[in-house]
Amino acid sequence: MTATGIGAPVRRKEDFRFVTGRGRYVDDINRPGQAYAFFVRSPHAHANIRGIDASAALAHPGVLSVLTGDDIAADKVGGLICGWAIFNKDGSPMRAGPHPALAQGKVRYVGDHVAVVIAETLAAARDGAEKVAVDYEVLPAAADIAAARKSGAPQIHEAAPNNAVFDWHLGDKAATDAAFARARHVTKLEIVNNRLAPNPMEPRAAVGEYDFGSDSFTLYTTSQNPHVARLVLSAFIGIAPEHKLRVVAPDVGGGFGSKIFIYAEETVCVWASRKVGRPVKWTCDRTEAFLCDAHGRDHVTHAELAIGDNNRIIGLRVHTDANLGAYLSTFASSVPTYLYAPLLSGQYDIPAIYAQVDAWYTNTAPVDAYRGAGRPEATFVVERLVEVAARELRMDPAEFRRANFVRTFPHQTPVIMAYDAGDYEASLKKAQEMHDVKGFGARKAASAAKGKLRGLGYSAYIEACGIAPSAAVGSLGAGVGLWESAEVRVNPIGTVEILTGSHSHGQGHETTFAQLVSDRLGIPIDNVSIVHGDTDKVQMGMGTYGSRSGAVGMSAIYKALDKIEAKAKKVAAHVLEASETDIEFKDGKFTVKGTDKAADFGTIALNAYIAHKFSGQELEPGLKESAFWDPTNFTFPAGVHICEVEFDPADGVVRIDRWTAVDDFGKVINPLIVEGQVHGGIAQGVGQALYEGAVYDEAGQLVTASYMDYCMPRADNLPSYNVGMTVTPCPSNPLGIKGCGEAGAIAAPPAVINAITDALGHENISMPATPEKVWRAAQGVVPRQAAE
Amino acid sequence: MAKVSMVVNGKPVSGEVEPRTLLVHFLRETLRLTGTHVGCDTSQCGACVVHVDGAAIKSCTTLAVSCEGAHVTTIEGLAQGDRLHPMQEAFRDNHGLQCGFCTPGMIMTAVDMVNRKGNRLDETTIRHELEGNICRCTGYHNIVKAVAAGAANMPAKAAAE
Ligand code: FES
Ligand code: FES
Repeated sequence: MTATGIGAPVRRKEDFRFVTGRGRYVDDINRPGQAYAFFVRSPHAHANIRGIDASAALAHPGVLSVLTGDDIAADKVGGLICGWAIFNKDGSPMRAGPHPALAQGKVRYVGDHVAVVIAETLAAARDGAEKVAVDYEVLPAAADIAAARKSGAPQIHEAAPNNAVFDWHLGDKAATDAAFARARHVTKLEIVNNRLAPNPMEPRAAVGEYDFGSDSFTLYTTSQNPHVARLVLSAFIGIAPEHKLRVVAPDVGGGFGSKIFIYAEETVCVWASRKVGRPVKWTCDRTEAFLCDAHGRDHVTHAELAIGDNNRIIGLRVHTDANLGAYLSTFASSVPTYLYAPLLSGQYDIPAIYAQVDAWYTNTAPVDAYRGAGRPEATFVVERLVEVAARELRMDPAEFRRANFVRTFPHQTPVIMAYDAGDYEASLKKAQEMHDVKGFGARKAASAAKGKLRGLGYSAYIEACGIAPSAAVGSLGAGVGLWESAEVRVNPIGTVEILTGSHSHGQGHETTFAQLVSDRLGIPIDNVSIVHGDTDKVQMGMGTYGSRSGAVGMSAIYKALDKIEAKAKKVAAHVLEASETDIEFKDGKFTVKGTDKAADFGTIALNAYIAHKFSGQELEPGLKESAFWDPTNFTFPAGVHICEVEFDPADGVVRIDRWTAVDDFGKVINPLIVEGQVHGGIAQGVGQALYEGAVYDEAGQLVTASYMDYCMPRADNLPSYNVGMTVTPCPSNPLGIKGCGEAGAIAAPPAVINAITDALGHENISMPATPEKVWRAAQGVVPRQAAE
Repeated sequence: MAKVSMVVNGKPVSGEVEPRTLLVHFLRETLRLTGTHVGCDTSQCGACVVHVDGAAIKSCTTLAVSCEGAHVTTIEGLAQGDRLHPMQEAFRDNHGLQCGFCTPGMIMTAVDMVNRKGNRLDETTIRHELEGNICRCTGYHNIVKAVAAGAANMPAKAAAE
């Protein structure tokens, strides 16, 4: 390992600009002649729009234009799309209603986009928006699944009778039912996976600009996948053909899934820029972000685990209701289906699994992928079931897990996935040692002596990352392939630009990707730059989500580097006057086998361009290659997290005393960055377990629409983490990478709840486990020493 | 419109603003100092923290006109040329940032913390003092390490910029 190569904890190249305030986020961009957009949003969860009177707004000084759904319809701008087709049990397609960028006759959630006011200044646009008079006919609202599925519930979309979007299933029902029929013990749980607001700290923003001279558009936007945004805006929404639409996603301040999607606001900004003949800028404020950024989770599940002889799990059965909100967001339908049910086998060898999932429209913000997307929901189900089953069987929860681990690979689960590599025992063993599980009894006794309750909870999670093999996702309903692209441009002096379809919004690609190149080509890391986030510069790519940038994005770079090496060897053969088969490349040097003839990488790069040595021959000048990498399987990061909590039954304030995480991410490029991803993921998972919840009242008003009401985890709510790794390289990509971006968020919630319920001695607590809930649950529970 | 003058990062500046203009907008829009960020609308997240007359304030909750004559330091004013302030260096060294959006506010808050509490800061103090700054990326683990390291590396006394 070199100081900047694969495996080295290289300090991030991007940090200088961020710590000096020189990052360039979308809201930092201003275009000449720019106007400002402010959206008129529905104050009602469900209403017909009888009319919109914009005359007072238009008369307001500085207001340039007020645009509504009628204008968007007149210009034939298409609606927003959901790119993953799910089929009902009977084979019919899911029932999706229209999703216009500006409401057409009806609004379906609080915050729904009614009109946009465009003005000389943001203040004028805001003032103007207050003067847009909208005549609403307020309708009854269905703010949650229970209300939406009731007979006589308000009908949200005509296309979806009874608000049912789909009823879908996976697995072998008969085999699973049979396993339950012969089970020695059945564990049952009712689980609510609480609704969350993603909250990247940078609110979404967009600047749309139309150039009359070239009849083309540019959109600067806070996107995790600018090419996908361009594809959707072009091919489906119909703003402009792709070659007339440039999408730029510069520095982006976190995404966590919420910036994958193509929303109304950026669509409107780019469309309106031609309409008003000015660049149009919109920056979301935090309240709008709570109202309109796609939320995450929101599942209600009945889950059962069947246990046979020798404490072996013989079946798992779930019925999940998923709230998809008022419209189907870009990938909404995939989250409670193919990103969820295929993970229900966890780390365990379970012969029979059956999942039934019903998805519902409600009068709430759209629900889509949020860090982990489906996998946290699945892991919560599996890891709560396993923990509770062990307790019911009076077994050590770790031993019960051990008894059921998958131990041979490849392992085909009954729910699609073929696990390729892993060592679950190794992670569990290491986590137990690092955590000092043996000392838990003494710590519990010490807590009890102070009148406090202490509990320990495990989470042995697995996730499917490296999203994803195109053929596989295509057969499951995805409208796109999920490969990645890369281009490697070697300059004549031997410096290198990598153009990647991945997008970094905190993940540190400028560093890790450069480490790979530095390692492979034997050149200094400072001679490598990473270009991403601009559809004019980078060829079609698929962006960053699903922990895919390492496993898929870097594999594409690796493949392109293979081609660079092959071409450079040909050039070297001419320069060193040797046969190509005798050229060797190592540590940045080309040598001729058996001789002392050598040339460094820069010399060969220069010769590739001056081309004097091979002019007129078959070899083309230049040194630039590109590659598209389509994975052959998902990757399967897995690990064990252990959470230990302590709380006083008198106040219910849960303190996380210690946290141990042992993850197997396959090969690690930069441990500093990987550990950072683990920390951040755990914090979001702890947020879900203890603090966060997006709550609507019965009328469909979001009552948690600010940081005063929605509890974001702060520094003093969280512990430091004890992070370790085990490594089984991933066999399905050349680098052996599995991916690490979502692990913490997936692993953490059941670890926390298993710890709290361990302390309580009963299972009656739901997320978020706020002090009030914990205090109620702790009534009558007497602190006492552990049994051992 | 009102005229406002102040000293920002050592340079005298002035501009015409609406009386309702917030300091953060004056910095970002009028002066084009975009390192100071806006992450919320309820004065909770701390992305907007700058120093006014040596003390950390949330510039999203401060009127520009109320800073008439004040000395303002933003994240852009912390480094000496390309020599980073010890707190900036510590954030880079300890991987105390991911997306970087909260970072300017975190660093300005951290420098203020050292000014008020000294160079030796324990984890409990740091975590408590950071409750007005939200980070969604890092889980705070490395921010806490960075603040402790930056504090130790700041000159004792003349910690102020
Ligand atoms: S923007 Fe000032 S506290 Fe959030
Ligand atoms: S680094 Fe992204 S919010 Fe803190």
